[in-house]
Amino acid sequence: MTTETTETAAPPTTTAAIATTRARRRRPAPTLVVGVGIVLVIVLFGLIGPLLVQDPLAIGNDGMQPPSAAHLLGTTQTGQDVLAQLAYATRGSLLVGVLVAVLALFLSAFFGILGGYLGGWLDEGFSLFTNVVLILPGLPLMIVIGSYVEQRGLLLIAVVLAITSWAASARVLRSQTLSIRNRDYVQAAKIAGEKPWRIISVEILPNLLPVMSSGFVFALISAILGEAGLSFIGLGVVGTQTWGSMLFYAQNGQALTLGGWWWFVPPGFLIAALGCGLSLINFSIDAIINPRLRSAPANARRVRRAEKKEEAAA
Amino acid sequence: MTTLTAQDLDKTYTLRSGLRFSQLRAVNGVSFELRPGRTVALVGQSGSGKSTIAKLLMQLERPTSGSLLLDGKPIGRRGKALADYRHQVQMVFQDPFASLNPYHSIGHHLVRPLIVHGRATSRTAPGAAKELLDRVNLPADDAFMARRPHELSGGQRQRVAIARALAPGPTVLVADEPVSMLDVSVRLGVLNLLARLQREEELAMLYITHDLATARHFSDEILVMYRGEVVERGDADEVILNPQQEFTRKLLAAAPEPGTNQRFLAEARRRGVPMPDHLAPQEDLA
Repeated sequence: MTTETTETAAPPTTTAAIATTRARRRRPAPTLVVGVGIVLVIVLFGLIGPLLVQDPLAIGNDGMQPPSAAHLLGTTQTGQDVLAQLAYATRGSLLVGVLVAVLALFLSAFFGILGGYLGGWLDEGFSLFTNVVLILPGLPLMIVIGSYVEQRGLLLIAVVLAITSWAASARVLRSQTLSIRNRDYVQAAKIAGEKPWRIISVEILPNLLPVMSSGFVFALISAILGEAGLSFIGLGVVGTQTWGSMLFYAQNGQALTLGGWWWFVPPGFLIAALGCGLSLINFSIDAIINPRLRSAPANARRVRRAEKKEEAAA
Repeated sequence: MTTLTAQDLDKTYTLRSGLRFSQLRAVNGVSFELRPGRTVALVGQSGSGKSTIAKLLMQLERPTSGSLLLDGKPIGRRGKALADYRHQVQMVFQDPFASLNPYHSIGHHLVRPLIVHGRATSRTAPGAAKELLDRVNLPADDAFMARRPHELSGGQRQRVAIARALAPGPTVLVADEPVSMLDVSVRLGVLNLLARLQREEELAMLYITHDLATARHFSDEILVMYRGEVVERGDADEVILNPQQEFTRKLLAAAPEPGTNQRFLAEARRRGVPMPDHLAPQEDLA
């Protein structure tokens, strides 16, 4: 018995197979396009908007004016331009969101992945710490810290938000790491002689990317919402405008009772739109990063179409 | 050429359920010697400790007692000595669907061990990886190197896994049920590949299996394991043709009889029953 079958990559012969190969040059999913579109528009507005609008704090005599040519989104009670405020508030909210999401990502990756991979007492300690942070009630803690500190700068609020929001995704990352570290390909990498840090960063981390990126997006959403909540009750960042602070001033200025919808609808709408866009991105992240899910629906559609054509031709 | 000796290997796991602890003796006083150019088969039913022995040999687990000697010297357990050991002793996993990282290309799986073990620099590694692919009868081109594990068949994946195990240039190879997860039609091809590589490299091989027929065909010596202990050992033909132990006889009796199988197939063919390709008459495999 000396026969050895040779496995060669046969060129695709059937129409269906050809369609599948062609589908590798894929089109992005519609959910991704819409999500990225929404987020991109808001980000551009936050980046470029402040350069184009007038001073958001300049007080005028024409208070509580509905949208007009002079003030595209109307004015506040003190005659400030709502569009200008919205542009600066978008910048502020996005800054807080990204800052918090990055901090939370680092914290959760550190405690979750390192503990899960190394195991033992380190893992026990990290888990205990994670669980303690997890049950700390977020908003009340933020209120307590926020009301104690005199100078509530952007960084302080971001750190407070990050500290209260990393624990859940650290737990998810830990359990994922626990399952991945015992897989054969990690054992195989060990046998191949890879160093532990390289196993974590090259063999395990890529397989955690879908979880991490959805955790990042989730942290971004919840940070913006959390900041809006803090600002709305008057404990937000001092000196930086955010969507939450706009809502706070709108509430103080009795925008609702005076019928000044142009004052509170735009920031509220942007919060909802950004959350929606980020969630849509979140849904499509897994399909992009997971190599096995890559363009699977599109492939199936192409195959079906190709088979139909074949049938029609026959 | 290297000889790997296992002496009185013991592995006891401590199991915990709530506050109660119990001991599971997975491997109990197992000794054997892997010599260049020879294959030792380790057979036994599931849970008999075969895979635990593979883990002990690969230093994924530490034996509770007993020792492993490489050319008569105790093996290194950490640092440079461990790297040297990995250089000498490699392993092919049972499940080719789990042993390749879904995120990385085939090229990555071959290039990394080549670089880690200093067999190639990052510039020469792709070429060396293609040579490895060629040796395991896979297409040695850039397109194949760029593919990911999920785009390959089980047989192709196991060949990649074999190529990866060969990358450090080992002298001892542990094959943990290398074909049990594969389609029946490609098993023989993979086994023959392993046999050829072993001849070419004079590898000392441990072939773990529960298939007595292939154990007899591909190995020189057979160790029969039962509940962590070696109950019978000896020359391959001797163990199969003249089993001394009750358990070995049971194991042999449990294997399907090729004769009846052939008769059944002949009858089916005579009646014109349609059957899958790999059961159709195949002269080229004989």
